[in-house]
Amino acid sequence: MYISSARVNPTDVAASQISSQISENSAIAVGSAASEDSAPARPRAAVAPNVLALGSVSLVTDISSEMITAVLPMYVIFTLGLSPLQFGALNGLYFGVTALVRLAGGHAADRWQRRKLVAGSGYALSALCKLGLLTAGSSVSALGVVIAADRTGKGLRTGPRDALISLSSTPETLGRSFGVHRALDTVGAFLGPVVAFGLLLANPERYDTVFVASFGIAAFGVVMLAVLVRDRTEAVDRENPVSVGAALRLLLLPRFRRVCVAALLLGAVALSDSFVYLLLQQRLDISAEYFPLLPLGTTASYLLLAVPFGQLADRVGRIRVFVGGYAALLCAYLMLFGPVGGVVLLLPTLVLHGVFYAATDGVLMAAVGPMLPAHLRASGMALIQTGQSVALLASSVLFGAAWDRWGLHAAIALAVVSLAAAILAALWILPLAKESNT
Amino acid sequence: MNTRVRVLILTVSGLLAATAITGYVVNAHGAAAGDSPTGSIDLGTAGRAGKAGAAGTILFRDTAPGPDFGHVASVPAARPDAVPTVSSTLCDRFYAAHGTAICLRRGGALPATYASVLDHSLHQVRQVKTAGFPNRARVSASGTMVSWTTFVQGDSYLADDFSTRTSILDTRTGRLIDNVESIPLTLDGKPYHAADVNYWGVTFAADDNTFYATVRTGGRTYLVQGDFRAWTARTLRENVECPSLSPDGTRIVFKKRVNASANRPWRLYVLDLRTMRETPLAEEHSVDDQAAWLDDQTVMYGRPRQSGGDWDVWAVPADGGGEPRVLIHDASSPASQDGRS
Repeated sequence: MYISSARVNPTDVAASQISSQISENSAIAVGSAASEDSAPARPRAAVAPNVLALGSVSLVTDISSEMITAVLPMYVIFTLGLSPLQFGALNGLYFGVTALVRLAGGHAADRWQRRKLVAGSGYALSALCKLGLLTAGSSVSALGVVIAADRTGKGLRTGPRDALISLSSTPETLGRSFGVHRALDTVGAFLGPVVAFGLLLANPERYDTVFVASFGIAAFGVVMLAVLVRDRTEAVDRENPVSVGAALRLLLLPRFRRVCVAALLLGAVALSDSFVYLLLQQRLDISAEYFPLLPLGTTASYLLLAVPFGQLADRVGRIRVFVGGYAALLCAYLMLFGPVGGVVLLLPTLVLHGVFYAATDGVLMAAVGPMLPAHLRASGMALIQTGQSVALLASSVLFGAAWDRWGLHAAIALAVVSLAAAILAALWILPLAKESNT
Repeated sequence: MNTRVRVLILTVSGLLAATAITGYVVNAHGAAAGDSPTGSIDLGTAGRAGKAGAAGTILFRDTAPGPDFGHVASVPAARPDAVPTVSSTLCDRFYAAHGTAICLRRGGALPATYASVLDHSLHQVRQVKTAGFPNRARVSASGTMVSWTTFVQGDSYLADDFSTRTSILDTRTGRLIDNVESIPLTLDGKPYHAADVNYWGVTFAADDNTFYATVRTGGRTYLVQGDFRAWTARTLRENVECPSLSPDGTRIVFKKRVNASANRPWRLYVLDLRTMRETPLAEEHSVDDQAAWLDDQTVMYGRPRQSGGDWDVWAVPADGGGEPRVLIHDASSPASQDGRS
């Protein structure tokens, strides 16, 4: 049933050869990794069962976590009586924790070569936190601990999970594999709020029903992971163990480093989603009650386009599609300043915004996978994901400061020009040639 | 593990989870249906003594855990520790004056805030759907003018920051200002335009035309005085949030930002509108509420307990003296219904 998850992975060899510029002995690791692979590679094969399994786990887990995200502000502010300011502080406080845990999770998964175990711990921890919400009651400090633990769980699992997807997939179809995973994940994100608000409609004020249901769903996700997902263990050379130094030296890999720099640069000038929705609302004078529907437009577009863009990335080059995603975002910004209005503005803008996600999120992971040696893949992915989230925070702070100082319109103009400049810079920095998979 | 074992484990655990969730939800539903409060409250006009809600009562949102949670309740002003009469009306934020009540409630399949204008017997006479979370609600002393504020996630650039949306409704003419932000504003004496203006916490004067509110722009908050018919507003003073005008119209109680951090950020002050002198009240805890007036000498407000949850309504003298005291346990959104109204 799981034969296809063990395949010859020539790109691993290529990546390890690059890494051998740093560590002379990594060829041993590559040799043993290659020898365990016996099944012949099938080009254009269906998505690996392991990827489908991970996608299903993400779908179920995302239903659970998005249920909580949807009701948490209301619960915290009206049932527990925290002020919005306190809630904001609570919510924003754990950013640093998540970033560090993400790095640690990636590293632990590589060090012990137990990706499934580390990812599973993250899923299990987040599941337990749903019960923690029940028991934390109205204590602000207990609530803070629960939210921090939930973020820790999310931080732990992301790197190892993406490494598992990457290692379980044939190199030629990495883009499609990540596309399938992200599409399944997004289905869960869609369903979560529906389930949560459905429960609250049936039992007003009974947030405990949402927490209990969320826990049950998350626990089922953990069982699914345990039963359906197969771990990938890469042989590690004893003389070149996985160390913090080895993980950091990934940044010396020329191709990976260039991608990291470009991803950070683009991330730091791309504005967060709420900005796009705010501008859309202002341009179209959308009634406030429909405002929450705008993100659903982006999500729907992302959901439908994740697989096609993953496949496109496999065909024409993942880095190219990645940069293309930011070009789509730039187009979305420009649409917002264009002459057209109404549905002619709304639909293409949301579709372009979805294209941005479909072309960048999973595609970037698909692109960097083959650049990283297999035994350090979770570390490398955690590294670039952490960098991206730091860049996102930086963009929020920078844009907020620009808005404060020069006003909204000047800040927007600055953002558009910066994004255009960053795309040009990325085209210069990035290794644009199509990945050689064979 | 072979495929059959996997399928078996998944089926069993799936059924187990589904059964547990269904059992819990159905049980919660049964509990809710069993003992939902049904008390009758009448906001009354003059001379309805003997019925709950008539002369000299305090209406509030009951926050006692259990079936009464979130329901509008009433106690006699003379005996605020009496067992409250709890109505079937559910609100997240509530206010009432002179036979008109405003109830903000978040709900719906596509969650939104429903602002319901209620008559003296808490029956809905008008409902407005708006975005965001219920925040502030106020009715003018005559029961004619109604205002509410929601805070909206996503209106603002930084995701964890909330921006606000304030509406004003004239119940006599039916004129609804969906978003006060359109009002021409004079800031420090000069006409002012900015994309980031946010209004919240309206309070009405006795003429049902003059109103006060908070405006925030460029990171500062101001007390504004507005003219509803002329549709203009001007700032009076900086660092004033959630103003509430005294019954005699001479003073405003408000929360003043005294600490930049999220830890104990606000303190209640009273501003004398004639001398423009402000006095800190004896309440030293941070209060995040639009206070209400119990009478001309006393203000009341919701305050979460030390641990962060579970609201009580407290009262404190409006002259800066005395000490705060618990007025009603397990309560928020207080509104005094004096016998004269």
